[in-house]
Amino acid sequence: MLRLIASRLVAAIPVMGMVAILVFLMLRLGPSDPALILAGDTATPEAVAAIRAGLGLDKPLWYQFLVWIGQLLSGDFGLSVFSRQPVIDMVLQRIEPTVSLAFTTLALSIVIAIPAGVLAAWRHDSWLDRLIMTFSVLGFSIPVFVLGYIFIYLFAMQMDWLPVQGFTPIGANLPNFLRQIAMPTLALSFIYIALFARITRSAMLEVLREDYIRTAQAKGLPESVILVKHALRNAAVPIVSVIGIGFALMIGGVVITETVFNIPGIGRLVVDAVLARDYPVIQGVILLLSGVYVLINLLTDIAYILLDPRIRY
Amino acid sequence: MRGFFQHAAFRNTSVLIGGSLLLVLLIAALAAPLLSAFDPLQIAPRFRLKPPSEEFWMGTDVYGRDIWTRVLYGGRTSLLVSACVAAVALTCGMLIGLAAGYFRWLDGVAMRAMDGLMAIPGILLAIALVTLSGATLLTVIIAIVIPEIPRVARLVRAVVLSIREEPYVEAAIGLGTPSYKILFWHIMPNTIAPLIVQGTYICASAILTEAILSFLGAGLPSELPTWGNIIAEGRAVFQRAPWTILFPGMMLAISILAVNILGDGLRDTLDPRMQKRMGN
Repeated sequence: MLRLIASRLVAAIPVMGMVAILVFLMLRLGPSDPALILAGDTATPEAVAAIRAGLGLDKPLWYQFLVWIGQLLSGDFGLSVFSRQPVIDMVLQRIEPTVSLAFTTLALSIVIAIPAGVLAAWRHDSWLDRLIMTFSVLGFSIPVFVLGYIFIYLFAMQMDWLPVQGFTPIGANLPNFLRQIAMPTLALSFIYIALFARITRSAMLEVLREDYIRTAQAKGLPESVILVKHALRNAAVPIVSVIGIGFALMIGGVVITETVFNIPGIGRLVVDAVLARDYPVIQGVILLLSGVYVLINLLTDIAYILLDPRIRY
Repeated sequence: MRGFFQHAAFRNTSVLIGGSLLLVLLIAALAAPLLSAFDPLQIAPRFRLKPPSEEFWMGTDVYGRDIWTRVLYGGRTSLLVSACVAAVALTCGMLIGLAAGYFRWLDGVAMRAMDGLMAIPGILLAIALVTLSGATLLTVIIAIVIPEIPRVARLVRAVVLSIREEPYVEAAIGLGTPSYKILFWHIMPNTIAPLIVQGTYICASAILTEAILSFLGAGLPSELPTWGNIIAEGRAVFQRAPWTILFPGMMLAISILAVNILGDGLRDTLDPRMQKRMGN
């Protein structure tokens, strides 16, 4: 088992290397010259050349790449063009709201979607099944920012139940944290509830056709035991895999949700960096989030191995 | 042609519902000048932030422009971008997938590149590409296309890997048929059904990504009426004038819904294997 996990770890390295190459090429071969941007519009050609030499941009591309990789590996993601702060510090300052939102969303989606998917499979083709599946198509189609504004309109403006925007750290004031994170979580969860419920239902439908389920029914076991202990346990691998993919995809959704609800997280950081054309920040955030994506996929793979002893690569 | 319209796809309820909804949206976008008497760009401070009424069906925005008109014209951009994205992504993805699946020496490199591309969150990649190269219709389309390519390439490669072992392909190789003929005559036709299905999902995702880019301020120039831009302009006045966001948002959701329903129907009728994988 340890060897399997180690081989997964090794397989993640070339993917990260590829991400680094792609991001590097995108920024260096893109039409905009970083030295020109740093120098400003009024700089003389000599000043631009000096900045270029200072950044090492006059060296061959492969040399620049190696230097850059060396810096990344020692944790140096560069400085923001505007605040002159290290990118890594800016990311660390903003990480808490983003991680909070990602985890509340993951928790809410799982808590709602898995029972819904199990129920839909159990009562296959009933009105309940159709209702859950209709919701799932809707969940896939309403963009998170539209949903966010609909919720703000309903719950904050019409009913006055929840604050419109903002974020309080969980350690500072728990009730406020919950009140402010409720709407973003609900809005962002929709699509994941749809996704997880759909995969739970289809995985359960497949397992419920198996002979051992019929045996369990013949033994007279209670339905709840059959559904949870026999069926759900065996349907777990595809469900966990989709939850992993969903969690990794959530990175994009979080960026948008933070903009709608004015949450000072990594999403806001990258959007502000885009508006200000702050390339080191954009590059750093993309690299870090891609790393998180690869890591989540890795953890999902490891979870499979632990969940299903039959899996051998 | 009669045979074509008798295909099971045209008797599938989802295809009919999704397809006709999409057709209505397309006609509305094309016939925008006939459906509204207003100019989508003309600023009219006198009418700023009017709530929905008989004159302004969806109200007016902060510059006094009719939102219904702007939503109609915005539909043009959304549908144009999504069609272009789907066409380009399918073509590029298919070429990469065909080559990777058929030529063993290319497979490793091409697929690792696709893995790397897939690891970068698509929306961030698109934002970065647009920011780096300046927002024009072309760069927005390319930026949305690039994150979509790996999915298509993987799909095509999987089909190629299963088809290249078929006796008729081996027979063609044995007869000395050139590679390009085998690829385009014998293998490519097998990828068309799954690609049509994938193409509809790409359309849905392109409509969404274009709107997200505009919404975040990284999309098409803000004076162009796109659904994302209309919503982005409404952000500052949302609490005073919720119609500035709710109506374009609804149109956005309805079009994505229409494309998704169409895609589900096509998947059920054109690609039964995929249907089994998705389990419904």
